[in-house]
Amino acid sequence: MSDAADLLNTSRDTAQTPSPASSTATVEGYNFAFLDEQTKRMIRRSLLKAVAIPGYQVPFGSREMPLPYGWGTGGIQVSAAVIGANDTLKVIDQGADDTTNAVNIRRFFARTAGVATTTKTSDATVIQTRHRIPEAALHEGQIMVYQVPMPEPLFRLEPRIVESRKLHALGEYGLMRVRLYEDIVRHGAIATTYDYPVIVNGRYLTSPSPIPKFDNPKLHMNPALQLFGAGRERRLYAIPPYTPVESLDFDDHPFEIQKWDAHCALCGATDSFLDEVITDDAGTRMYVCSDSDYCGSRTATKEVA
Amino acid sequence: MYVAVKGGERAIEQSWDLLAKARRGNPDVPALSVTQIREQMRLAVSRVMSEGALYDETLAALAIKQAAGDLVEAIFLLRAYRTTLPRLGTTKPIDTATMRLSRRISATFKDVPGGQVLGATYDYTQRLLDFALLAEGEANDAHAHGGREPLPGEIRADLAQDSAHVESNGAAAPGEVTIPPVPPISATPRVTDILGRDGLLEALRADGTDPEPHDLVHSPLFTPASRTARLQNLARGDEGFLLALGYSTQRGYGNDHPFAGEIRIGQVAVEIVPEELGFAIDIGEIAVTECQMVTQFGGNQDVPPQFTQGYGLAFGHNERKALAMSLVDRALRTQELGDAVTSPAQQQEFVLYHSDNVEASGFVQHLKLPHYVDFQAELELVRRLRAEHAAKYGTQAAGASDGLAAPAVQNTQEAA
Repeated sequence: MSDAADLLNTSRDTAQTPSPASSTATVEGYNFAFLDEQTKRMIRRSLLKAVAIPGYQVPFGSREMPLPYGWGTGGIQVSAAVIGANDTLKVIDQGADDTTNAVNIRRFFARTAGVATTTKTSDATVIQTRHRIPEAALHEGQIMVYQVPMPEPLFRLEPRIVESRKLHALGEYGLMRVRLYEDIVRHGAIATTYDYPVIVNGRYLTSPSPIPKFDNPKLHMNPALQLFGAGRERRLYAIPPYTPVESLDFDDHPFEIQKWDAHCALCGATDSFLDEVITDDAGTRMYVCSDSDYCGSRTATKEVA
Repeated sequence: MYVAVKGGERAIEQSWDLLAKARRGNPDVPALSVTQIREQMRLAVSRVMSEGALYDETLAALAIKQAAGDLVEAIFLLRAYRTTLPRLGTTKPIDTATMRLSRRISATFKDVPGGQVLGATYDYTQRLLDFALLAEGEANDAHAHGGREPLPGEIRADLAQDSAHVESNGAAAPGEVTIPPVPPISATPRVTDILGRDGLLEALRADGTDPEPHDLVHSPLFTPASRTARLQNLARGDEGFLLALGYSTQRGYGNDHPFAGEIRIGQVAVEIVPEELGFAIDIGEIAVTECQMVTQFGGNQDVPPQFTQGYGLAFGHNERKALAMSLVDRALRTQELGDAVTSPAQQQEFVLYHSDNVEASGFVQHLKLPHYVDFQAELELVRRLRAEHAAKYGTQAAGASDGLAAPAVQNTQEAA
């Protein structure tokens, strides 16, 4: 079991680990993975509470990070709190390992924690993500860390936090049901395509973070531990392994995911989330997998065969 | 002493002397030159030019020097100078599709024609203080951020580099950064034009007319204000104010689902058409930052659902301002797009009358002026009310009820 997966058994050993910074090339003058151990302990305690109450937003003492708010400070704090020297980190943004923000965050952990990094979904023990869940199925022992801009799923309907906390306490989610209903009245279909609201473990209305609704089914009964960090809004929440996650819908308008009349121009996949790329001034488009690892490994397999 | 405010000529003169000394700081430390400020504090210069509504890097730098780095004061200085300038002519609208790009990104597509060009940005720096800059010498500058050693975690160093120097230096040896000669100003299609072609994005001028823009300098603002008046107001508006308002729309006080369709920074040509010539001549270049924010609109009976736009433009390099401005511009269009106005950022009166920091700073700080005549009137009133209160309820109650007297005072006229 990886250090990260050990987290829930004990947080003491990480606190006492002699700083791996001495043995690996990390930034001088900073603790392993940037945050001090007291802060990590605070975050781990909040994470334990989050795991104990799936989908519930746990307030935590979010710290200033050396990256701007809105760029993944919540995810980075969660990753910094759970990562150990033996972990292997993968960071994706929009599904890809090579997007600027992913490169930057991966570099941050390589610098401050000296951990191994990978682009392979299956090799990673900790995967920090913005806006996607990898196409390849996750397995037990892996931790998904989601960067969350707005943890409160009701914020567009009720921006006052005092009020939205009451609604959660009462399990009163009629506002959201009515909004989805109004979508159907106006457009004939539910017009939410990303950050599609879910009910976790039959209790809390939860934001899955701005992943496309295409990824929502992957949240359900996932063998990996899914942790969500919102740095600017100072909230953590979690979906523990094998937890039921239901996307809101109606009997006569069941939940559906996006489909394309196209396949990936690189690997030919028809089952993955496709990005549209404009290739010339005339507006010609091609479609490619958003998950760069999935696409790359499919292309590699094809070449071997 | 505060008393000196009353006719204290000598006090004012001495305050000027003190200000000059305070501005200069320790005379043993070499003075900053205006050129140094212009060259090394380019972002401050950009902000002062935008909100000062005058494109002149040297004068903006001078204002920053004179204001000891207080940017709102510098903006005020520049505005006060600008107002003395005669209007010699009006330029043609600048064409931001034709630009010498130094930075251009779209958050809506992974790649776009013309490429994603990061340019000089703090975006992907890790905010660790660079203590090397503490050493005053210039020796370290060359190595500050461009170290050629691959950084740990840079799994696709080659790929990242390609995208950072798109096309302009394709011939350079890998790992070698060459600064290409200044390319000409040329057209790069806008991302929004490509979206617009499919009807996914609203047309900017549905009726094909191009009305003469409103001129806030010559005619005062009334709401509902035309879009041109609003944009002019926002372009001169305080960055911090627009930032907070734009941020509020992202947190639920407003409901626009924004995407940064395109942010582009670069030089554009400025042209005028002199009457005696009758054709356009190029009189120079200015640097601008433009942001086109793509947002949602549900549509109605007449218009199918489509994306709408918010627009932001600032002089020089100022992305925060341009982004915030585009969010607020879009929020101010709420009513014309048929949605209910519910949030501060959507209320024209609230936004447009409070956005100007020269006005706001002046009025907030005028509270430092003597107000003792008005205050005397208030003092007399409060004393009389307290005496009446004491007569009615007894002295003990009056002593314990300081808080109760206050509401009565609030009802009286505000001191102007």
